[in-house]
Amino acid sequence: MLELINIGFRTEEGKEILKSVNLKIEDRFVAITGPNGSGKSTLAKIIAGIYQPTDGQILFNGKDITNMSISERAKLGISFAFQQPVRFKGLKVKDILSIASGGEKNINECCNLLSEVGLCARDYIDRDLDQSLSGGEMKRIEIATLLARNTELNIFDEPEAGIDLWSFQNLIRVFEKMNEKTNGNIIIISHQERILNIADKIIYLKNGTVDRYEDKDSILPTLLAEPSSACKVLTDKMED
Amino acid sequence: MDEIQKSLLKEVAELDALPVGAYNIRANGQSAGRNSTANIDIVPKEDKPGIDIIIKPGTKNESVHIPVVLSQAGLKELVYNDFIIGEDCDVTIIAGCGIHSCGGQDSEHSGIHSFHVGKNAKVRYVEKHYGEGEGREKRVMNPETIVFLDEGASMEMEMTQISGIDDTLRKTTATLLEESSLVIKEKVMTTGKQNAVSDFKADLNGDNCSCNLISRTVAKDESTQHFKSVLNGNAKCAGHSECDSIIMDNAKVLASPQLLASNVDAALIHEAAIGKIAGEQLIKLMTLGLSESEAEEQIVNGFLK
Repeated sequence: MLELINIGFRTEEGKEILKSVNLKIEDRFVAITGPNGSGKSTLAKIIAGIYQPTDGQILFNGKDITNMSISERAKLGISFAFQQPVRFKGLKVKDILSIASGGEKNINECCNLLSEVGLCARDYIDRDLDQSLSGGEMKRIEIATLLARNTELNIFDEPEAGIDLWSFQNLIRVFEKMNEKTNGNIIIISHQERILNIADKIIYLKNGTVDRYEDKDSILPTLLAEPSSACKVLTDKMED
Repeated sequence: MDEIQKSLLKEVAELDALPVGAYNIRANGQSAGRNSTANIDIVPKEDKPGIDIIIKPGTKNESVHIPVVLSQAGLKELVYNDFIIGEDCDVTIIAGCGIHSCGGQDSEHSGIHSFHVGKNAKVRYVEKHYGEGEGREKRVMNPETIVFLDEGASMEMEMTQISGIDDTLRKTTATLLEESSLVIKEKVMTTGKQNAVSDFKADLNGDNCSCNLISRTVAKDESTQHFKSVLNGNAKCAGHSECDSIIMDNAKVLASPQLLASNVDAALIHEAAIGKIAGEQLIKLMTLGLSESEAEEQIVNGFLK
């Protein structure tokens, strides 16, 4: 169980990104959505320890983790999938899966993980995690590293971004399966209706605060009906 | 051979016992074992220290090991090894030098290796340099490699120097004729006050020849590195050099690549990058549970693998 108490975040330049965010995440599958710039990624990074909040407190299973490092939080059972997976010169797919699972992985174990995200281990385990992999491949490997970790709290920052060739349905299936298997929580930042649709609850962030936090069934229809803030030229073109 | 020499031999040539095939093991300036085979003849030079390695044309899937180990303090030597590789060969040559110093005096090994690779022959060359010892004495290695690739010949060289060498000047010159190809992969790590200089020059003289030089280095502590490369495109050829360095602590890295095209069909490219470990790489590995120093080690080891 994750609890955020009065979380605030200001950039070094003094720009306020998050203010007084109060959240209790108890449900298995929670999606965070909201307009671009509403603070979604910042919030996820604060939970993972990548950013330190300027105000407030984070509790994980009742324990104060506000001042814990990224590694300490990872060891406690928090995993984070990057929106833009990091590339490495010299690390292979097999290496990152081994690091993620905390021990050397053989081809069969890699096969179990990679096949979940639609990749064949034979073709991928010896590939370098560098520019030779496409954005979509990197993204799927990123998801596989979280499957390899199998931790209590899994945070995904826009997992759908860049997943182009692999069918979207498979991505949904990965999360549904994860939802069935995990005893912990899944937090997904997403703009995609089909991902929001499999969540138990949805958090709607706006201007750095929690605008709404409700059951999926009550919030989703109203979110989809919300008028776009884009200008008339753009909305007219989108409707064409 | 004593235990120290045996462990050096394992470090530089991955040998636990005498290798299969042709070999020449040099320990403390003396021959500690030599074996020629039906196709590979190893002959000691008469006028200076060193050996001639003569590989008969058409020799396939054979290997030559020529490791050198030094464990005697203060030993300084200069060795000449000439490889004459016949036409249509396909062979692997494993060289390497290990120095263990403990006597308070500097040790130095300088080897001049020259390769004459015959028409359409294929050579893989693996060289590892390694030093160990607790004292303040210096371990110095100055390898010079001269490569001549005849028409259609190809050579792949892997040269590694990961630890323990205080001062090194690694000089490589190559001449390439028509349709030949040369690939060089160099990996260097310097620590402490070590200094490493790589000086590379290739003359791409034949049409359709190609040269690809890939250097990856890590400079830690107060160490210094200098990468120099000169690719001379004198024909319709393809030349590519790439040096990629991770810099840490107070190290200094200088890259000075040069490309000279003297033919309108010469295609020459150089890429150089020097930078610290990307913060996002450390963060990514830390989100997988590694500490910052474990993450750093993984990144450096992977980079030099």
